[in-house]
Amino acid sequence: MSAIATPLPETTVAWKLPYRGKIGIACLIIAESAIFTIFVVAYLFYVGKSLSGPTPREVLETPIFYTICLLSSSLTIHFAGKQLERGRRAAFLALWLLTLILGALFLYGTAQEWHRLIYERGLTISTNLFGTTYYSLVGLHGFHVTAGLIMLTAVLLFGLAGRVGPEQSARIDVLSLYWHFVDAVWVVVFTVVYVLGR
Amino acid sequence: MSSDAIAIQTAEATGRPWVERLHEWVTTVDHKRLGVLYILYALFFLIIGGIEATIIRIQLMHPRNDFVSPQVFNRMFTMHGTTMIFFVAMPIMFGFANYLVPLMIGARDMAFPRLNAFSFWLTAFGGLLLYFSLLGGNGLYGAGNAPDVGWWAYAPLASRAFSPGHSSDYWTIALLVSGFGSIGTAINIIATIVSMRCPGMTLSRMPLLAWMNLVMSGMVLLAISPLSAAQIMLLVDRYLGGHFFDTQAGGSATLWMHFFWIFGHPEVYVLIIPCFAFASEIIPVFSRKPIFGYPVMVGATVCIGFVSMSVWAHHMFTIGMNSYANSFFTITTMAVGVPTGIKIFNWLGTMWGGKIQFRTPMLFCIGFLFQFLIAGLTGIMLASSPFDWQLGGSYFVVAHFHYVIVGGILFALFGAFYYWYPKITGRMLHEGLGKLHFWLFLIGFHLTFDLMHIPGLLGMPRRIYTYEPGRGWDTLNFVVTIGAFVQGIATLVFVLNLVFSYFKGAKAGNDPWDAWTLEWSTSSPPPDYNFASIPAVSSRRPLWDLKHPEDADSHYE
Repeated sequence: MSAIATPLPETTVAWKLPYRGKIGIACLIIAESAIFTIFVVAYLFYVGKSLSGPTPREVLETPIFYTICLLSSSLTIHFAGKQLERGRRAAFLALWLLTLILGALFLYGTAQEWHRLIYERGLTISTNLFGTTYYSLVGLHGFHVTAGLIMLTAVLLFGLAGRVGPEQSARIDVLSLYWHFVDAVWVVVFTVVYVLGR
Repeated sequence: MSSDAIAIQTAEATGRPWVERLHEWVTTVDHKRLGVLYILYALFFLIIGGIEATIIRIQLMHPRNDFVSPQVFNRMFTMHGTTMIFFVAMPIMFGFANYLVPLMIGARDMAFPRLNAFSFWLTAFGGLLLYFSLLGGNGLYGAGNAPDVGWWAYAPLASRAFSPGHSSDYWTIALLVSGFGSIGTAINIIATIVSMRCPGMTLSRMPLLAWMNLVMSGMVLLAISPLSAAQIMLLVDRYLGGHFFDTQAGGSATLWMHFFWIFGHPEVYVLIIPCFAFASEIIPVFSRKPIFGYPVMVGATVCIGFVSMSVWAHHMFTIGMNSYANSFFTITTMAVGVPTGIKIFNWLGTMWGGKIQFRTPMLFCIGFLFQFLIAGLTGIMLASSPFDWQLGGSYFVVAHFHYVIVGGILFALFGAFYYWYPKITGRMLHEGLGKLHFWLFLIGFHLTFDLMHIPGLLGMPRRIYTYEPGRGWDTLNFVVTIGAFVQGIATLVFVLNLVFSYFKGAKAGNDPWDAWTLEWSTSSPPPDYNFASIPAVSSRRPLWDLKHPEDADSHYE
């Protein structure tokens, strides 16, 4: 063959492939789901196997209000994305801020619950198996909420600086997929910890 | 066109100070450079892991040998296993995937170039962390220890009580960090293959290498993540006083085994599927025939991907599971042999009636084919749980999985080196040295790993640092060690060939093998932008179509 690169025919046909950001976040969600699955399995495996108290039935209180906060933030972020697509930046920013507030409220709820468990009930991560699995699973989820809030804040700051427009819509969708995932995980964690685990 | 661009670049490169060139390599986000970095990094650790293996073999050469102490022996097999799996095999597969996938699907880079660089450096620092334990394992007194808990780190061995100091923590953190790197690269490979294919390259026209790396990456997402989760739990146990694997507080040692092997067994397929990919690209080219049964090959790969996710507990037959679990994992493990067998027949079908050229890449692939078959057969033997109760934890198991990893994975990898080295460097690897490498390695391999089965059958347990004379293991172990040295010499020949050919090898040109996939259409080494114009394809063998327009594949597919 010659030293010159072989010229290949260029195309004229229409050729459209999925947006790489969406594929990337879908893969990340698959990997994260596997991580959460292992923690959920460990939680369920150790339900009722603690050798000492306190037990979930004694100390856990169902966080209904904060759960509603987190789940409704999925709605607000969805509508924020829709507003951005239509070019309504002010509405987008307002809904985005609302999402942030709802997420932060949820995190505050977790903090409050942990504070109560640690200082009033004496349950820490090293108390018993329940403590170990509970703080790990809820903590892992809380970590993901925190990461999400940091990214939401970054977008909010860019938005306030006027840098987020409809052309970023696809990227905002990627972030909102992550946020939906964090909410969906909470549904599982809630069921496992506050419903089945008691 | 692009070759002129290359000429200008190399002229520039030789004129610039080395600091500047080094800086370019460290900050690069180019998929080809990162691929080369991955491969060089893995080769470096291959030498280190090989030296550790040699130390193990010297110690076992004679009964009652005292070449190293029992403690050092434990550290050596821990480091050997961890290094070879996480810092040789994984990075080398990612290196080839990084280099080849965009070129073969007609893209200019990976989907996320910066994530690519980030993942590589995570893996790189993971390896450094593992070996830093030699310095910092006991705190910063400069006299640390390597981890000695085995590459599986079974609970409660890895707990604070039985593994004091920090060496196990370095092991945990190294695997956690490099695991995140692997997940990043897997995400990248999938996004690249799904979203970056050139016009006309439908999924059914994609080279098998891309298909198999797609399946491999999917498996990485599902297999490495459980390992990361388990490592986080181990860290919680060791640092925060958790009880996940603390049997004194009701924790379960078996749970760790499950979590580890949910990662551990799919991991074998994560490593072997890219090797299937190499074989599927090399065998057709040197048989001068298109691959036999392309759709079946894809189906079998996907099938292996699914089935191999549910076979993990065959590593745990000896811990005493109930009979349902034993039967289930026996059946699934045997079932995974079916799609694998389909593949072997497809490769044979490709060679059947072809004009086979016995060049070095093809020799290694043929070695891979037959050795992988034998490895699979001992795998079927171990899959039946009663047989495993007898031989689990013996040298038979060690011989089996080294047959897979060396006889299968490493042979296919060597084939890939000889096949794509011309594309990566622009020069051919020396054929004579290559043949010498092949035959020496083949002899050494069979001396070591064929014979290793027998002491296992005679009852020699694994992980022992020495044994009593007169059990019928002495001669066999001696010959096994001789074989290890032959393999070591063969590897030196290979490294010599890599270095020698880089400077003195024959110029390769674009397409030295008269091959058919897109990477051979661009210059060797490819320019930064890969393709001057994005190509369009209309069949599985775009270069065949170009060379034989009168009989193009696109007429038939």
